Formats: sequence, structure tokens, C-alpha cells
Amino acid sequence: MLSFVLRRIGVMILTALVLTFLVFSLTNLPPNLEKLAKSEASARMTDDQVDSWLAGNGFGRPMLIRYGEWLGVAPGWVITAEDGTTRGRCLTQGLTVETAPRFCGLLQGNWGWSTVFKQPVDQVLGRSLGHTSWLMLWVMIVMVPTALILGVLSGMREGSRTDRVLSTFAIASTATPEYVSGVIFIALFASATAGISPLLAEMGWISGKTLFQGTATSAMDKITFWNFALPVLTIALYGIGYIARMTRASMTEVMTQQYIRTARLKGVSFRNVVMKHALRNALIAPFTVIMLQFPWLLNGVVIVETLFNYKGFGWTLVQAAGNNDIQLLLACSVVAVFVVLVTQLISDIGYVFLNPRIRLS
Amino acid sequence: MDPLSWPALLGHAAWRLLPVWIALAATFALSIGFKRRLGLYGRLFESNVGMIGLGIVLFWVFTAIFATQIITFDPLAQLSGMKNALPGSPLKTPVEGAYSHYLFGGDSLARDVFSRMVMGAREVLKIAPAATLFAFMVGVTLGLPAGYFGGKLDTSLSFLANLVLAFPVILLFYLLVTPEIVQTGLPMYFAAVLFLFPILFFAILFNARYKTDPPRRNLYVGLTLALGLWAYAGLAFNADPTGIFAMSPNLLNVFVSVVFVNSPGVFRIVRGLVMDIKARDYVAAGQTRGESPWYIMLWEILPNARGPLIVDFCLRIGYTTILLGTLGFFGLGVSPESPDWGSTIDDGRKLLAIFPHPALVPAIALMSLVLGLNLLADGLREESLKD
Repeated sequence: MLSFVLRRIGVMILTALVLTFLVFSLTNLPPNLEKLAKSEASARMTDDQVDSWLAGNGFGRPMLIRYGEWLGVAPGWVITAEDGTTRGRCLTQGLTVETAPRFCGLLQGNWGWSTVFKQPVDQVLGRSLGHTSWLMLWVMIVMVPTALILGVLSGMREGSRTDRVLSTFAIASTATPEYVSGVIFIALFASATAGISPLLAEMGWISGKTLFQGTATSAMDKITFWNFALPVLTIALYGIGYIARMTRASMTEVMTQQYIRTARLKGVSFRNVVMKHALRNALIAPFTVIMLQFPWLLNGVVIVETLFNYKGFGWTLVQAAGNNDIQLLLACSVVAVFVVLVTQLISDIGYVFLNPRIRLS
Repeated sequence: MDPLSWPALLGHAAWRLLPVWIALAATFALSIGFKRRLGLYGRLFESNVGMIGLGIVLFWVFTAIFATQIITFDPLAQLSGMKNALPGSPLKTPVEGAYSHYLFGGDSLARDVFSRMVMGAREVLKIAPAATLFAFMVGVTLGLPAGYFGGKLDTSLSFLANLVLAFPVILLFYLLVTPEIVQTGLPMYFAAVLFLFPILFFAILFNARYKTDPPRRNLYVGLTLALGLWAYAGLAFNADPTGIFAMSPNLLNVFVSVVFVNSPGVFRIVRGLVMDIKARDYVAAGQTRGESPWYIMLWEILPNARGPLIVDFCLRIGYTTILLGTLGFFGLGVSPESPDWGSTIDDGRKLLAIFPHPALVPAIALMSLVLGLNLLADGLREESLKD
């Protein structure tokens, strides 16, 4: 077990290094750097001026060395300009060449400076991750139990009417990406002119103009059912269908096993067979699926936060990518890749741990 | 002129779609008539789910084919006074010989929502199936040897596939589908690698089959290479002298990114299927007959893996449609005027709470197409399991 975990972690670190290097080189392409130079210094620079600005700010050296500096395994650059001033990667806030640390990268906790928000990247990231974790928490609370119950109910008696109805619902929900369901929800529940809100308001059932709020901006201060229901529902819906289908497949497979038949034959009630014998074994596969669902949730988070204007991680990522904020985009990528890889690791280890039939040599 | 009521406007829209209904009826009548002779496709008409799915998919396919006949206005034309017009509004200043109403209303730039939806179907169906097909070529060509030979090849290819899969799709799009990337020419290199796989696939396919019959082998492989390299030069490098095969740099970028995102998934499925099938007796029999590995992979394993692959193909077209919509929704890679559904949803969402129709129409269109594909896949799965 231990060697398996260690090997998995080794592969994970290798993957993380390769992926971050890819992101680093894609965000540091010459056209991106030229844009950065023009936005930071002057929009009307000539090509030569751009080159000298880039060289003077440490962008002139090979990609691999700059990646090392950013990661914190290569010493940060120090350049003495012609007029005698010395600049360097680690020379911030009055530090001199003697007092500054040699390494200042990701590993030392230096995430860089965001050019869009004019703040250190770790502050921007911390704030936005805080917002997103609330969103994720509520999505999980809504999505996982709903999906599991739907899946177990439809897989319990394969081919029954309940199964047909629930399966159709699951297919429909996987066919509805977040940007579609979000739009439909807003039109249906959060529009003062269309959907059901005008009807409800006319009948006096709701006090405000709309049943739910179409933006989640106010949820950043205080989360209420009114402003948070639609974003949570939008993300959860796409995942519910998928997890429910996986649970259903796993449940139908378990229900055809010999030991279930034996239990039924010896007179255990159907209810007890499902609750005590089938459920435990049927929930192993969905566990993996839920864990692997995280990368998809990340997609959903980006779309929903843009749609509902909720300034979390996804919104920050869009801002960073749209405004050529290289440091912030890199940091976002690191977080995203980290989340994906860690959930993969947990799902792998958890699967082995939960399933007694797998014995590792 | 009066605005149309809801039933009237739906009737008018259905009337505009007349070519689609005729084509649908003809297809269904012919298919049901000959269903015994049509194999898996014919058996699709035994299951309700499959028939509904196929119906929805064909509806959009025919809409895309007859789009120029169906549209009531130029999808880019902006008519005065029709800004955010409600569904069924008559034209403010009627034009001689033009259609009298905006059937599904006007968007924030006073363009006809109905015509944009119809043309959007063409935009989506132009890219999604082709991109999925290319992803399948890449996935199959790499997945077959990885599953069959195993070992170092498998380990390294799987590592690469997992690498791409570990990337959140949206991040990948934000990195790959940008004007800066087009400037660097990176999509061209990507295309140069990815577009090579279909040629490779067909060349190996014919070579393995007709190795013992050199004249025929030379003919087929030669044809594949000639046609393939011609298309390759045009699509990847925009260097086709006749100009038949050509793609704009933006479209190429979108296409390549979608293929790139999809192929690792296909690779994993093919690899899994091959590992399962290669333990069968008929593969061992082929090996003892001295058949070449590629013959076994392409002519014995691949046909036997077709069921799950066809099902996955349908699902994956739907997924690709969702991805293309995502790209449009974030305004990546497509021209701002493009009528594709994703960008139309993005345009419409700014005034969503006041005028929902410009965003709602393409949203429902996209959802129905993906739903149709999912139902079709479900029907196919059910029918292919009956074998």
C-alpha cells in the first residue's frame, strides 16, 4: 500500500511539473510578453524598446531558467542597468542585493504581482478561493445526496417506471451545460418580465419582484437562499445527471449479484437487502466518479461565476486570462492543476481502500 | 401589421421549416420500410428512445443543410426599430419582398433571432462531427498499439493522455484559443501533428489488409496518400493550390483545440477495449496464423470494438457541441458576429432579465441537439447490447 501511494505521488509531482511548465511557456509566449511590456511601460513603444524593456525586467533569458526562477529552484535574476541602478526579481520593498534572499519563487511563497488587481497574487487568490469554496460546499451538499438517491432509486429495480423516468431526467441533465441551464433558470425564476416571477408577484406570493436573484454579487457579503440558489443549482444540475447514471450502473450490477439473490431467498425484505447488502458495495464506484467530477466542477465554476457575476476563482481566472495578467493566470493554473491531481490521487487511493477485492502487491 | 400570437408564430416557424419536415418524413419512412436490411441502424427503429434521439439529431442536421432556404433574414442584417423586438413582432418599416415578421424576435443589435438560430445550427454541425471524427482517428491510431503491445509505449502514451486530461478544459481553451497563439503559429504545428493521424490510419489500414496483393495495395495506399496529403497541405498549412481545402486561422485554432481536448478520452476508451479483446481466442488464432500485429488490431480487434465506439462517438459529438458552445460563450476564437449558439447566448445574457428570448432560443437549440445525441447513444447502446 505504502509503495503504491508513494509511486502515485511521484507520478503526480512529475505531472504537476510538466503541466506547470506547459502553462508557463504558453503564458510567456513572445506576443504575450510584448503585450505585457506595452501595457506596463508605454503603449507606443517600438520593437527595440520592447526588447530592451523585456531584457531589463528579466524576461530576456531562456524559458527553462525563468521557469526555475518562478518555481523557486533557480536564483532570481539581478540586473544592473547602464545608469547604475540594480533591479532584481527578489529585490522588492527596499531589499538590497545583500539582504534579499537568493531564491524567491512559488516554493518560497512568492506568487508574484497581479497587474489587473494591483495586488499580490496570493491575496487575490486567497480572497477568490474563499468565495468559491462556499459555492463548492453548497454544490456538494446539493449535488451528492441528490445524485446518489436518484441513482440508487433507479438502479434498485432496473427497467421499472421509476427507473425510466429518472434515467430520462439524468440524460436530460447531462445534456444541459451550465451556460444553458443558467440562462434558462434566470429567464424562468429571476426575470421581472418573463418566467414565473411576474405571476407570483401578481398573486402576492413573493414580496420582491423576482423569485430568485439573477446575480450572486450580494452573496459575496452574505449568502442567502435568494441570491445563491440559482448558481448552486446550475452547477449541481450538470453533475447530478452524470453521478446518478454512474450510481445507477453500479447499483444494477450489484443487484444482479449472487449474494443479493441469496439474501432475498432466505427471506430478507427488499428494503433490508438494498439498505444493508447492496448499498455499501454499490457506492464504491460513485465515490471515484464524484472525486473525478472536480475538474468538471471547475469548468462549471468558471461559467457560473461569469454568468452570475460572483467574484470567485473562476471569475478571477477569466479576468486574468482576458487581461494578460501572466502571474495571476499562472497561479490560477497551479491551483487548478493541484486540485485536479489531488482529487485523482484521493480517488485512486480511496478506490483501493474501499474495495477489498483489489489487493496490491 | 399586427404582432403574431404564440400559436401563430410557432405555426409560421414550422412552415418555414417545411423542407426539414419533408426530409425527416422521407428518411423515417424509408428507414422503417427497410429496417430489416439496415443492420444496427435499422434496429434503432425498434426502440423509442433511439428513434426520438435520431429524430432530434436529424432535425438539426436537415436544418443545417437547408439553412439558406429556411432563414427569413440575413443573420447579420440589422433592421431599424427591431432592437430587442419581442417574438412575433412585425417589421417597423416593411421591406418589399422580405419576410414580414421577426419570428423569434430581435436581439440587442436588431438582428433576427430565428435566422441566427438556423444559421447557428450550420456553424455547429460544420465543426462538431468533423472534430470528433479527427479526435477518433488520433485516439484509435494511438490507442490500438498502446493496448495491444502494452509496455513502455503504453506507459508513455498513457502518461501523455493523463497529462491532457488533468488540464481543466476551460484553462486549456484560455491558453490555446487566443489571438496571441494564432500569431505564434502554434495551431499550425498542432494541426501538422494531429492531421497526420487520419492519413496514417488509412494508409496502415489498407497496407495491412492488402499486403499480399501489391497492385491493389499500391492503388489504395497511393490514393490515400494523394488525397490525404492534398487535404493535409490545405487544412494544416493553407497551401492547397486549388483552394478546395482551406481553413481560416481562427477556425483552425478552434478545430485543433477541440480535437486535442477530445483525443485522450478516445485513446483511453480504445486502449481499454483493446486490452479486453486481445485476450479472446480469435486474436490468439490470428497470432498463430502469423498475421501481422496491425492486421489483427485494425481488421480483427477494431471491428469487434465498434459497438462501444459508435456509442461513444454519438456522446462525444454532443460533448464537442458543448465545448464549442463554451468557446463561444467566452468569446474565444470565433468572430464576434458569428451566429453560432455559444456566442449568441453570450450576446443575449447581458439583457437576460429583461429580454430573455435572444439567449433562450439558442440555449434551447443547443440543449435539444445534445439531448438528441445522448438519447441516440442510449438507443444504440441498448440495441447493440442485444447482439
